[in-house]
Amino acid sequence: MNRQNVNRLTPFLFVAPAALVMILALFYPIGYMIWGSFRDWDPSQSITETEFIGLANYSRLLVDPAFQESFWVTLVFAFTVVSVEMVLGVGLALLLDRNIRGMSVLRTLFILPMMIAPVVVGLVWRYMFHQTYGTFNRFLEAVGLPTVDWLGQNPLLSVIIADVWQWTPFIFILSLAALQSLPRSALEAAQIDGASAWQQVVHIKLPLMMPVLIVTMLLRLIDAFKVLEVILVLTGGGPGLSTEILALRIARTAREFRELGEAAAMSNYLLMLLMVLTLGMFAFTRWQEARARRLRFTAEEEG
Amino acid sequence: MADTTYERQNPAFYALLAVLIFMSIGPVLILLVNSLKLDVDITSGAGGLLFMPTIRNYETALCDILWYEPDHVRFCTIRFGGAFINSIIIALVSTALTLIFGTMAAYALVRFRFMGRDSLSLSTLAVRMIPPAVLLVPVFGLWNNAFCIDDDGVVGGFIRDVFGGRGDVCLAGTHSGIILIYVAMNLPFVIWILQSFIVQVPRSLEEAARVDGAGPFQVFFLVVLPLIKPGLAAAAIFTFRIAWNEYLLASALADRDTMTVPILIVNNASEFDGLGTIMATGMLLAIPPILFTLFASRQIITGMTAGAVKG
Repeated sequence: MNRQNVNRLTPFLFVAPAALVMILALFYPIGYMIWGSFRDWDPSQSITETEFIGLANYSRLLVDPAFQESFWVTLVFAFTVVSVEMVLGVGLALLLDRNIRGMSVLRTLFILPMMIAPVVVGLVWRYMFHQTYGTFNRFLEAVGLPTVDWLGQNPLLSVIIADVWQWTPFIFILSLAALQSLPRSALEAAQIDGASAWQQVVHIKLPLMMPVLIVTMLLRLIDAFKVLEVILVLTGGGPGLSTEILALRIARTAREFRELGEAAAMSNYLLMLLMVLTLGMFAFTRWQEARARRLRFTAEEEG
Repeated sequence: MADTTYERQNPAFYALLAVLIFMSIGPVLILLVNSLKLDVDITSGAGGLLFMPTIRNYETALCDILWYEPDHVRFCTIRFGGAFINSIIIALVSTALTLIFGTMAAYALVRFRFMGRDSLSLSTLAVRMIPPAVLLVPVFGLWNNAFCIDDDGVVGGFIRDVFGGRGDVCLAGTHSGIILIYVAMNLPFVIWILQSFIVQVPRSLEEAARVDGAGPFQVFFLVVLPLIKPGLAAAAIFTFRIAWNEYLLASALADRDTMTVPILIVNNASEFDGLGTIMATGMLLAIPPILFTLFASRQIITGMTAGAVKG
């Protein structure tokens, strides 16, 4: 092998291990699942022995009330947590963007909820929501208010509260980083012109942060569709189907009902939904980059 | 109103800060406190901080690897120790492999132009959105059927002896099976994050090394790697966290011998009488992430912002 060949092969040698693993354990399985979703597939058979049934799995799901319910629960859960977390996270970042001692402590400790295992988060919150000895009801009792049956009567709300606790810090940290990288000149100019704090937020800070905020929101939204373990430990999807998000429904269909074909079709519906969100994010960043380039170009021409 | 509070730091902000800090660590403190309580103390109305701390729960949880036999443990049912060792092996090996493969790929994507570069970089981005639940069905099917080696073969016997697992050697039920899916799952994110760090390495340094006669792999390992240590640290923490905390795929693949701690927690979470023990187990599982948070929060925040801002 001469020097020339070595050079041409080098990039492939660097990429090969990662590409191989991803093909073997991501792309091949996804293809396998798409293929399996067109079959009457249960775990006792080898997939090649199963019967091809076309779109039957998909159409059966569309009229399945349990699937519809869990689809709506997923959407309600994801959009609610993301909106609440955006408002709280961005609000706190705007409020706390200043030099206070203790700020770095907050930033450090704020990461904690995201780092801890979701199953442990579920465990603690299940204890705190417990009807008789849970932290919340003990507190309500102590101040003389009626107790709430959190997981029994308000399961979706409880699950949302736990997720907001865990993930608001994510939005907070990213918005704070965005805020601190804003051009000082714009803010100083506004201050000199006598803009009030509120005017600065609405007319300068928020518009300038918008690109980062939208990407952050989309990232969080995609992640909200992945949530599973916290809900599994907190409510197990119940009572009834009230908190059975799609991810949980897929797991149950595959493992309890042993309907792999149907679970595969369900996974594909979820995948399609996420694909749309991801493409939206791509399109947005591309558009944003193009716009930034155009603006810089005009600025240079004028200057 | 605003301008004065901007200058002088209002005590209200400190109050808000204190409340937020309390809220973010409150549940963790509750976990810690309860893990040190007897079940009676957890469920009794008295509650609060007035109790005698005990390490009984930890003894029960760790009964299979303790060097002494605690009096109160009659049957060692929870077997946290074994699961803990599985978790450590799986998390460490998958983190190491993800980092090595991911850094190499990220370097190639940044520095070389080659056929398939764009499609590779695009597909890395696209698979970031795949939820573990979507992988459950195919992984369950493949790891149990297609990814199997007959147990009468030499290779199969060897793999079983080295990695453990069941009679017929499938990837399911072995450490390597779980490690494989974790590496694959984490690679896209790691490649993405590291790209933004590698871009910042000045090309001139690499060229200088090349002029001195270093080959591409020497340049990569001796020049580039040391310069992107902060990125590597962030990537390592994120990968370790996912491998350490993941439940769903592990539960589909693991058998009794390769069970990880999250599976153990979910399996025992609904048992009423082991409340303190399960809290202790949860606390033990939470210790590594807590340590990371306390000692490497800067790297974590850097990784988080690098991963998002470049969207």
